[in-house]
Amino acid sequence: MASNAAAPFWRSAGMTYITYSNLCANLVRNCLKEPYKTEALSREKVHYSISKWVDGKPQKPSKYSLLCLYLF
Amino acid sequence: MFRQGSRFLSRASTMRWCRPFSTDLPAEAAADSNFVEAWRKAIPNVEPPITPSSFMATRPATPSSIPSKLTVNFALPYSSELSGKEVDMVIIPATTGQMGVLPGHVATIAELKPGVLSVHEGNDISKYFVSGGFAFVHANSVADIIAVEAVPLDRIDPNLVQKGLTDFTQKLSTASTDVEKAEAQTGVDVHSALNAALTG
Repeated sequence: MASNAAAPFWRSAGMTYITYSNLCANLVRNCLKEPYKTEALSREKVHYSISKWVDGKPQKPSKYSLLCLYLF
Repeated sequence: MFRQGSRFLSRASTMRWCRPFSTDLPAEAAADSNFVEAWRKAIPNVEPPITPSSFMATRPATPSSIPSKLTVNFALPYSSELSGKEVDMVIIPATTGQMGVLPGHVATIAELKPGVLSVHEGNDISKYFVSGGFAFVHANSVADIIAVEAVPLDRIDPNLVQKGLTDFTQKLSTASTDVEKAEAQTGVDVHSALNAALTG
């Protein structure tokens, strides 16, 4: 049973934490300056991205569709 | 049929008493020794499988004296911003208010609100805008911060922030359903936080 403690306004409106946090993240992405904005928004569109790690740092992720993943 | 039942029951009842808090992680052995032992008995000619947990570095034990630096891990879904970085202080935008974390901070879990995360390292202060997430502060002066989206402050466009703020303030006044109201309120909150981060 849900607790009677005061819930945040988004929770009372029926949103889940995932919905709320993704909404917040998307709003932040939409406020970025240009090269970063397209990068951040397109990052969210891919289904799978693979980035190689070199010296403990992730390289630029490369995008793969679902089909490509089956070929690996 | 229920051969294993008693084992699970006894395990569950003992776990209740010895289970530690999720914030004070013990420095555990990477592999389950019972499993490895059972594996060696059953399949002596094959090495036990290596599981993801055996690749994880064990947590350092809580030192008796407070260390001078705080170790910060800051991770996003797509990148690792800070990994095991030793800093003087981080200021976390928790839902309960700004939270300064110094070495030796008491173990805490905090939900993050949209706001500025600042990492203080000597005279260098790096500031990120985080959209939301969680911060786990462990007793051994290690802080794990996870966020859905985080960007350095200089990547935010002030014009888009102002535009978003007016858009969502208007949407809030015209919203009819609960969900629409909550969405508009979230928009106002996020853009106000962005605005405060840029001006303040």
